Amino acid sequence: MYAFNYHRPASIDEAISALSGASDGTVMSGGQTLLPTLKQRLASPSDVIDLGAIAALKGIREDGGAIVIGAGTCHAAVAGDATVRAKIPALAALAEGIGDPQVRNRGTIGGSVANNDPVADYPAGLLGLGATIKTTKREIAADDFFTGLFETALADDEIITEISFPVPQKAGYAKFPNPASRYAIVGVMAAQGPAGVRVAVTGASEGGVFRVAEMEAALGGNFSAEALAGIGVPEDNMNADIHASAAYRAHLVGVIAKRAVEAAG
Amino acid sequence: MPSVSMTVNGKAVSGEVEGRTLLVEFLRQNLSLTGTHVGCDTSQCGACVVHVNGESAKACTVLALQAEGAEVTTIEGMAQNGTLHPIQAAFKEHHGLQCGFCTPGMVMSAADLLQRNKNPDETEIRDWLEGNICRCTGYHNIVKAIHAAAQAMRG
Repeated sequence: MYAFNYHRPASIDEAISALSGASDGTVMSGGQTLLPTLKQRLASPSDVIDLGAIAALKGIREDGGAIVIGAGTCHAAVAGDATVRAKIPALAALAEGIGDPQVRNRGTIGGSVANNDPVADYPAGLLGLGATIKTTKREIAADDFFTGLFETALADDEIITEISFPVPQKAGYAKFPNPASRYAIVGVMAAQGPAGVRVAVTGASEGGVFRVAEMEAALGGNFSAEALAGIGVPEDNMNADIHASAAYRAHLVGVIAKRAVEAAG
Repeated sequence: MPSVSMTVNGKAVSGEVEGRTLLVEFLRQNLSLTGTHVGCDTSQCGACVVHVNGESAKACTVLALQAEGAEVTTIEGMAQNGTLHPIQAAFKEHHGLQCGFCTPGMVMSAADLLQRNKNPDETEIRDWLEGNICRCTGYHNIVKAIHAAAQAMRG
């Protein structure tokens, strides 16, 4: 790891001012992705602004017809929260399937969303459930937030504060995990709710998370796994690596989408 | 150089560290608590698992400064007055180790499981050990030891 200046602000305002004052600062939430990245010297920020001490970023609440999760809430807290488990069990299941227990104790929803790893689970969760990302500047719909490989709509001096999930009538998440990392080779969130019928896929595409309009249309008429029979996605732009070829991933999207719909019950 | 203060195994400690100093480096080098091991250094193997404020964490993927003010427990804090913790005793009794390198992390991880779930079944134990890798035992006796420890701790 290259040396950096470490900051531990106690409030969001202090975090923004530390970030603005740094020549090449980066924000750290749980650090479960950033620290391995720094160790590999894939990044060399001048300053690391640790959000871990900001209590206002943590917590889960119900707000009207939505579940609102603070950006600094760890995966284990989301997975174990009684309200999330009752209202959006698919989201609890998604959080429970991330990494391992130690990663889930420290890694956070805001960190995962801001990083937008093309094989991470949460981007599919947010896009599939039609979530809204609240930041220090504005509110951004998930549809407008994930803009490409590790790219988001966030500005350099903008921090995610919370994420609001409209409670769906039904939703299911299924993934085919990499057996070592538990990242998604393909992961699908399928949901029917206030944001319509949505099918969001992570892990598969070079461009990161995406929706499948044809599947959404089919499920709109009949929200069942049978409705997805014969609907595939093209191999173009699918990830290909030693774990799965582009063709295999394209095939998996169809299989895992059906499992997600079945999981929605 | 920034200084950091925390409580480790019930004792207040502090030291000077760099921003990039890892918690595991602080424990091993500043405090000479070498029971916490560094296996992969990439947060995969779990040999470095300690508890931070009561929850298991991989000390190779936490900065020392992130643990400012925290209560940290390492494998050295498990035995009390010379008596092995029931999980340690069960690992010994059930031959839950061969070379022993992964054992501190296994014990700390198991301790977090058993505080959340007092009666885990075999599947739950195996799922929980997702982040702890052992190259000797084939896991079978580790699972047996954790099962036995759970029983002993329930009394």
